[in-house]
Amino acid sequence: MLHTLAVLVENHPGVLTRVAGLFARRAYNIESLSVCQTENPAISRMTIVVAGDDQVIEQVSKQLHKLVVVHKVTDLTGQAIVDRELALIRVRVNAETRLEVLQTVDVFRGRVVDMGRTNITVELTGDGEKIDAFVRTIRNYGLLELVRTGKIAITRSDS
Amino acid sequence: MTGAELLLQALSQEGVKVIFGYPGAVLCALYDALLDSNIQHVLVRHEQGAVHAADAYARVSGQVGVCLATSGPGATNLVTGIANAYMDSIPLVALTGQVPTGLLGTDSFQEADITGITMPITKHSYLVKDARELPRIVKEAFYIARSGRPGPVLIDLPKDVLNQEVAQPEQAVLSLKSYKVFSKGNMGQIVEAAKALAESRRPVLYAGGGVINAGAENVLKAVVEKASLPVVTTLMGIGSLPSRHPNLLGMVGMHGTVTANYAVDACDLLIAVGVRFDDRVTSGLKHRFATQAKIIHIDIDPAEIGKVIRAHIPIVGDARLVLEGLLAHLVPPQTGPWWEQLRQWQADHPLGHESEGISPQLVIEKIGAIAGPEAVVATDVGQHQMWAAQYYPVFKPRHFITSGGLGTMGFGLPAAVGAQVAKPDKTVFLISGDGSFQMTIQELATVAQYALPIKIALMNNGVLGLVRQWQKLFFEERFSQIQLHANPDFIRLAEAYGIKGLRVEELSQVEGALQEAMAHRGPVLLDFVISPDEDVYPMVPPGKEITEMLGR
Repeated sequence: MLHTLAVLVENHPGVLTRVAGLFARRAYNIESLSVCQTENPAISRMTIVVAGDDQVIEQVSKQLHKLVVVHKVTDLTGQAIVDRELALIRVRVNAETRLEVLQTVDVFRGRVVDMGRTNITVELTGDGEKIDAFVRTIRNYGLLELVRTGKIAITRSDS
Repeated sequence: MTGAELLLQALSQEGVKVIFGYPGAVLCALYDALLDSNIQHVLVRHEQGAVHAADAYARVSGQVGVCLATSGPGATNLVTGIANAYMDSIPLVALTGQVPTGLLGTDSFQEADITGITMPITKHSYLVKDARELPRIVKEAFYIARSGRPGPVLIDLPKDVLNQEVAQPEQAVLSLKSYKVFSKGNMGQIVEAAKALAESRRPVLYAGGGVINAGAENVLKAVVEKASLPVVTTLMGIGSLPSRHPNLLGMVGMHGTVTANYAVDACDLLIAVGVRFDDRVTSGLKHRFATQAKIIHIDIDPAEIGKVIRAHIPIVGDARLVLEGLLAHLVPPQTGPWWEQLRQWQADHPLGHESEGISPQLVIEKIGAIAGPEAVVATDVGQHQMWAAQYYPVFKPRHFITSGGLGTMGFGLPAAVGAQVAKPDKTVFLISGDGSFQMTIQELATVAQYALPIKIALMNNGVLGLVRQWQKLFFEERFSQIQLHANPDFIRLAEAYGIKGLRVEELSQVEGALQEAMAHRGPVLLDFVISPDEDVYPMVPPGKEITEMLGR
């Protein structure tokens, strides 16, 4: 099962290596990882998606806690969260398909960010399933290039 | 004040008395400053010697050990020793020289990314970019090394940082917001553990290196005696209870005693204290270990709990504090029939050896008898190490120094150096083998230079005995690359360093030679010529449960 971990770490050089190295040497597999500075410039937040059963996730979390640079590890799995990924997708189009593709982009609430004679580039945000669904749909027209970020996630407010 | 002087001042403030090291080009400013410092420097002959000596110094003294090596090859030569300290949870600060900050990342002469290389084998590491940070970094490094589950911390020191003139250094204040240490165990869990103990009928206490790190030997003894608990130890736990204590069943695991292994297999409650269920104990079979038992796991490292075996009652905390809590709530269980069973096993399967002539087990027993209960014994890795674990009588913690988790051949001689430097007035015995000994044999020069009166007992069988034993038992005696045909004459070798050498080939010579070695004021090398056919028993073959021992 996939778990989403929010890991608050010090914003120092080498911290990513420590975290990634830990996953590698303990043979935990990172499905996706995104990292950026938080509202506090001294702290970065990593959103790590990792596969494993509860025992594996417990070990991942405990081992992460042992790193001096790690402040907090939260397993967001099963919690009320908002999660997003961003994708940039280049799709082949021609006179016949152009309209259909643009309609599909509309249905998925994507945005066209670049348009050429034979292809268009779409920006899409959403959870992973939504992006997967868009990619599946658009593949028939000719998927030329796909760039996708890792997941980022935040807990929903209490109300 | 230069960065180098500031560093030495900070080390002094941490109570550092001695550094084991080896100089190099980028460390010139530091070695210059050492001339005016009251910190003693022990010059080893290879950086691996420095780190093992610092490691053993820490094991014997309970203080943080410190080693120092230059950039590049000096630093990489520390790697084995740092890994060794990491596996055995030994507090160590490794200082390495580094190329000037301006040259970092340019593959400059004697540059190695030592913080990167050692990341998986250190608790933490620092690459110092500004000498003003040194007081804080040193304070943090020592705090991290010794607190919680101890371990090695590395500080990488670029040449220009050591040379830097510092007008206003930072305050030596810890700035570790994210580093937590668990000390007192959860009282509810401790009460739960006491209840489980009171209700048990076949309890066993399984003690490891964490007992020794925590200084928990006295409370362990009190708990064990009050509850009539049988005790098994790991290799690292040797000394947590005196060897001759009636409740001690011996070492558990691959080369443990039959009774210890049977007891763990049959117990209904396993109180695991400062242990990590290593595969040399459990045979790597996880859920086929102590299958009838409720498991209480006491450890200061939360990540150890549940890593290998699910604990029914996990207690995260310092072994001494948790055992004190347990003692306060302790109700002795009824263990009469259990002890009858244990005594029966002990009678049926005594630890013993049979051989005519000079046997290593007998030599080791005699060393123990003659060296006495105050002696510190260091071992290398191999058959002699297991025989020492089985037969050497250890009466106190911090008196049996051995490479447990990493199993580092070559640890012994530099470890004996570190032990003797830590305790100049104690008898230090090294029990080694001809294979291990030759891996760090150059440290004989360190022994000679500092006139360290170490007694070296070499179990010389001309082969890599433990590998030979495996080839004999599991590879149809197809002996491959285990014969050390061109061993030197160890007596003449010792004499070349000005060290007294004694060869012992007959059983009748053993006692006299040991007496002579003890009477000699300086270092002595005793070359015990033993048979390559001596094997370590009992033995759990790989992949078998711990009750399926050979040589029962």
